[in-house]
Amino acid sequence: MKTRPSRFRLLALAAPAVVVLAAGCGSGAPADGRPERTGEAVDGAITVFAAASLTAPFTDLAARFEEAHPGADVTLTFAGSSDLATQITEGAPADVFASADTRNLDRVAGAELLAADAVPFATNTLELAVPSDNPAGISSLADAARPGVKTVVCAQQVPCGAATAQVEEAADVDLTPVSEESSVTDVLGKVVSGEADAGLVYVTDVRAAGDAVLGIPLPEAAGGTTTYPIAALAGRKDTATAQAFVDYVLGADGRAVLGAAGFGAP
Amino acid sequence: MSGASLPRWVVAIAVVGGLFVVLPLVALALRVDWPRFVPLVTSDSAQAALLLSLRTSLTAAFLCVVVGVPMALVLARTSFRGQRLVRSLVLLPLVLPPVVGGIALLYTFGRRGLLGSSLHALGIDIAFSTTAVVMSQSFVALPFLVLSLEGALRSAGTRYEAVGATLGAGRWTVLRRITLPLVLPSLVSGTVLSFARALGEFGATLTFAGSLEGTTRTLPLEVYLQRETDPDAAVALSLILVAVAIAVVGVAHRVRPLGGSAMPSIRPANDRDPVR
Repeated sequence: MKTRPSRFRLLALAAPAVVVLAAGCGSGAPADGRPERTGEAVDGAITVFAAASLTAPFTDLAARFEEAHPGADVTLTFAGSSDLATQITEGAPADVFASADTRNLDRVAGAELLAADAVPFATNTLELAVPSDNPAGISSLADAARPGVKTVVCAQQVPCGAATAQVEEAADVDLTPVSEESSVTDVLGKVVSGEADAGLVYVTDVRAAGDAVLGIPLPEAAGGTTTYPIAALAGRKDTATAQAFVDYVLGADGRAVLGAAGFGAP
Repeated sequence: MSGASLPRWVVAIAVVGGLFVVLPLVALALRVDWPRFVPLVTSDSAQAALLLSLRTSLTAAFLCVVVGVPMALVLARTSFRGQRLVRSLVLLPLVLPPVVGGIALLYTFGRRGLLGSSLHALGIDIAFSTTAVVMSQSFVALPFLVLSLEGALRSAGTRYEAVGATLGAGRWTVLRRITLPLVLPSLVSGTVLSFARALGEFGATLTFAGSLEGTTRTLPLEVYLQRETDPDAAVALSLILVAVAIAVVGVAHRVRPLGGSAMPSIRPANDRDPVR
């Protein structure tokens, strides 16, 4: 294959797209931490970095927040928490960080990038997901550990994998997975496609997958509950709007939307 | 350096473009934790990933040669209706996002896939196995071999083959003694490129094969996973992949200068008269 420098690539480089976020002038009102304030000028443009598992509820919450504060503009970015934490510590322009675990938020806190202390806003619990026809006839974690059953889990390195290890310990079951995926979405994908007989995913993933999978609650999973913290980030133009969004997530609307998606209260 | 006939701004933009490619690699090398480099790349999981990657990529490159040489010959030396369409389809994995390839493989060879359900009935399960890794790699690497070989076959022309045939050489003799020796350099560079593509395969493997140490977790997947907890290890392993890539490009470039004369300047590999 021949490779030639492409003129288009060079042009693209010569004219980098510069995205200018229109920052609101802001009233400079101090964030008082009360949820759902009214009458205060919350009219900035903010970027929220949130864990991939928060995609549905946060998309909903951002729309509601913009409705409540017509001047405000929320841009959402979803990815794995550790990717987001790395991007933030490498200087990505984020105003709010909602992580799927405390470890990754602590990394950002360790880099002294938080405007205020992180607050837990939701919890998530592991559940066993099986294809809707449950071909291996699984009803417990012990079934998933049977030889011949293709079970898929998250790798130890990612938050859902750490939670999986806790559940295994609590249940005194030793799973021999056929694959250790690097994200919970990949685990769910293997179950939805029917490649795997069972997978350990979050309750919220099972709910989001609808009829494609069957969720089997695990009595042992209480030990593997993950806490989601959220914080406004420091050194940004519109900390007031960022803090208002954090407060909104922590408030009654946030709880209702998150609860509907299957997230527990912290 | 010659080339004074070019406007200066063309050269300037070319330099910027070159930096755009090279600078990230320099930045990567600067991030390497050199004192820990050797322990990081020789850890058990890193070694398992490296060995698996080499094993599967070599197998995939071998499969590409076995299947790709006949494909290139058919595309270059025969004509049939719809040939242009067939060629485009064969080259499709080259431009397809690998994750799409993985999904396609899953729906073909997966347990509930087009062929997978019959295979499953025969007791053959491909998903989550090393076979699935090799298949993912071959799928994305095959076009590299077919493309470079077909191009070489076309520019080599059929003159020598025709002469050989008139002198009484059979089809197999012509193929073995004339055609293949003529395009050997392209075959080598195509094989090296497909090996390199197989080594870098990520998306299709992740989607189709899964990720388990020693079975399906190749080096790119290990880099992706290590990044979660140990960015230093990810950087060190990345550098190994970069080094392999540089070596491969060097070999492919030396055997057949990319963009150079399409007609190989070497004589047939053995020095006897190719046609007897």
